Amino acid sequence: MSEATATGSRRSLDRDGATVFLQENGVYVALLLLVAYNAVFTRRWVTVDNIKLQLVLVAPILIVALGMALVIGTEGIDLSVGATMAISASVIGQLLDRGINSYVIVVAVLIAGMLVGSIAGTLVAFFEVQPIVATLALLVAGRGLAIVLQASNLSVSDPTISRFGIGKFLGIQAPFYDALVPVVIIALVVRRTVFGRRVVAIGDNVRASYLSGIPVRRTLVTVYMISGVLAAWAGLVVTARTSTNDPSTNGLYYELLAITAVVVGGTPLSGGRVRVIGTIAGALVMQLIASTLIFHGVSDAVSKIATAVIIILAVYAQRKRARS
Amino acid sequence: MTVADNSQTPVLEAKGISKTFPGVKALQDVSVSLRRGEVHALVGENGAGKSTLIKVLTGVYQLDAGQLLLHGNSVSFASPRAAQDAGISTIYQEVNLVPLQSGARNLYLGREPRTALGLIDFKRMNRDAKALLSDFNIDADPTVPVATLALGAQQMISVARAISLEASVVIMDEPTSSLESREVETLFRLIERLKADGVAIVYVSHRLDELYRICDQVTVLRDGRLVHSGPIADLPRQQLVATMLGRELLAQHSRSSSAVVQPPDAAKVAPVLVADSLNRRGLLHDVSVEIRPGEVVGLGGLLGAGRSETAKAILGAQILDSGHVSVGGSPVALGSPARSIAAGVVLLPEDRKADGILPNLSIKDNIVLAALPRLSKSGVFSDSAANKLVATFMQRLNIKAFGPSQKVGTLSGGNQQKVLLARWLCLEPRILMLDEPTRGIDVGAKAEVRRLIDELAEQGLGVLLISSETEELVDGSHRVLVLREGSIVDELDGHRLNEGDLVHAIAGTLGGETSA
Ligand SMILES: Nc1ncnc2c1ncn2[C@@H]1O[C@H](COP(=O)(O)OP(=O)(O)OP(=O)(O)O)[C@@H](O)[C@H]1O
Ligand SMILES: [Mg+2]
Repeated sequence: MSEATATGSRRSLDRDGATVFLQENGVYVALLLLVAYNAVFTRRWVTVDNIKLQLVLVAPILIVALGMALVIGTEGIDLSVGATMAISASVIGQLLDRGINSYVIVVAVLIAGMLVGSIAGTLVAFFEVQPIVATLALLVAGRGLAIVLQASNLSVSDPTISRFGIGKFLGIQAPFYDALVPVVIIALVVRRTVFGRRVVAIGDNVRASYLSGIPVRRTLVTVYMISGVLAAWAGLVVTARTSTNDPSTNGLYYELLAITAVVVGGTPLSGGRVRVIGTIAGALVMQLIASTLIFHGVSDAVSKIATAVIIILAVYAQRKRARS
Repeated sequence: MTVADNSQTPVLEAKGISKTFPGVKALQDVSVSLRRGEVHALVGENGAGKSTLIKVLTGVYQLDAGQLLLHGNSVSFASPRAAQDAGISTIYQEVNLVPLQSGARNLYLGREPRTALGLIDFKRMNRDAKALLSDFNIDADPTVPVATLALGAQQMISVARAISLEASVVIMDEPTSSLESREVETLFRLIERLKADGVAIVYVSHRLDELYRICDQVTVLRDGRLVHSGPIADLPRQQLVATMLGRELLAQHSRSSSAVVQPPDAAKVAPVLVADSLNRRGLLHDVSVEIRPGEVVGLGGLLGAGRSETAKAILGAQILDSGHVSVGGSPVALGSPARSIAAGVVLLPEDRKADGILPNLSIKDNIVLAALPRLSKSGVFSDSAANKLVATFMQRLNIKAFGPSQKVGTLSGGNQQKVLLARWLCLEPRILMLDEPTRGIDVGAKAEVRRLIDELAEQGLGVLLISSETEELVDGSHRVLVLREGSIVDELDGHRLNEGDLVHAIAGTLGGETSA
């Protein structure tokens, strides 16, 4: 569906149908299994309210994961997203302190995200710093900056901002729509635009892309900028939903969650492919695992370990895929 | 040499091999047998199944049906490593070295000499590598990362690696496609040596001369089926081609001898491309090239003479110290392939794996890559226009695939080359630079590409043709510029445009002057 590579594509060159099927569609199988398990074993799990709640809870991870999917499509990685979310929280706090118009604040937050992304993109595209190194530096510096900028008042009571987190439309809370809009946009970008094709071309063979006249640097900077904007947007959603703009908790570990969602969703870390629907499913799988563990009273620490195990499994499955 | 008593049993025998990929039966009931001291040619059109057969023989792919016998015993290889351990050493079609490692590292990959502490003994490894290469008469520095070497030198390192494994079977899939004539001679001497040692050799090539020179047996595949097997001496050239293609190939005309395409009159037509004094320390010295619309200019020279660098410089992908390029009279800013391509200058690169294909993307995505801007309106891509374009070129170049959605990485080597050609031709360029354009493509397709270039030249396209095959240069160009050590040292046209003079001009033996 929303994939940049053409239909019928297979990552592996010579493996049996079952393996290929699992590698391509494992995330949907996992999603079905999770739903089935909870339907049977978790009391009062399959209720309209709970399903709505899960769709709302998954929103911030999904928003960040969409940008991450583009970055990973170029064979890059963006570790700065969590820090960008924190910066987003601090910017909201600072501007609210100063009594700035709420819509201006929203725009300012997105611009802040774009700036962080453009720094990452410039380091990667023009200074040819490895993405993991460039964005790791921003992860550390970004959260540091966010904490320095921390507002005096950590609780958010601005009604306009709050609407992005707890407003309701057609019975579903705002974060669902906060994620739906970027999902549609990114899906269209990947599927229908020149930019989307260039992203996967660069991820597959950057040298060949350059020699074919693709503006590699511009495309890379744009990709990281999109990732930054989406991360900032997710930071705003979290702030609005939790009514706090605390930069030390906002977006913590989101880089890992987003990468996992993307990889579990079948976008290979080696680039050359962006799976939007897979990423949505990947994010849902992450959310459902967390929620299942909570429903069954498993501690937060244990659920973190579970997340780590999933990351390892997903990356391991990809390694086998890449080897063939 | 005493012939061992097992000379009757084939060293390696494949019986009734079949292999199916999604959408294509790559091999159907194919049998071959290899004997000691024999060179066995494996031929067929692009996509006939040669490389697939080799990969099945060497454990890259598992066979769907059939049997492998090594020295008369049934075997199956779980991996290429297993085949190698059993004494089958292979040079795959695409150079298969670790690009950032040194030649020595690549030569001894997996069998590095160790120090007493169990660490890699780099000193000894480099010494051994140098000794090995000089014993084989191979001219390549084993201490630098192989990615920095020319493609030909990389290929020779693969050859050295394959031979030094002391296998009983050595398989070579188009080993000469990136070699120049001097290196080909070295390779042939090595093959003679292997033959004398009783090694069985499989040899794949689209260059028929080579087959008749060094092969004893020939097996012809067509569409995944065996159509002929026997001594090559019994199958004259014309018949071999007909067996391969399943039809007769029309006779070729050569450009210098026929009047089909006249060189444009230099006095009347302004050049479409002017490259003026391209300079880069140690690579290019004052290289100037002019190409008129409809003209095919050849670029000859030895490896490292600066042919590919000249083409890359004109494309803007080679850093220059000075120089100017203009297209149709207007200057093109150097240093940006994107701008040169927009101005109508395109390059089919020599190294299709590293510089050309997007292996995991479809044929369609690969073809339209450079044409994206013209296939879209305000950034939104038009699928229907793209499909039409792709269908046209797949048909025109006879690209063999199960459809435009097939991944280019799974195409046969020759078909990958055609996809790249299509990428550039669909742009309707003004200047087409071709760096070894017929590398790895079969005789039928070679003729097809030649016809296409002629046709485009007639419509006013200017062509820069780089080739290591003197025949291709002489037959395909209106005039040939000869490069040596980064400088243009000669220009051949008219009666001097013949293979003899060109060989001398390239080698710098001054024979050209005397023969006039
Ligand atoms: N991994 C794969 N997946 C799908 N199809 C494949 C794969 N490998 C090869 N094929 C198909 O099998 C056929 C035979 O390919 P093969 O590479 O063996 O041709 P070849 O004879 O070596 O051609 P060439 O002279 O161009 O190298 C082609 O149609 C090719 O597209
Ligand atoms: Mg082949």
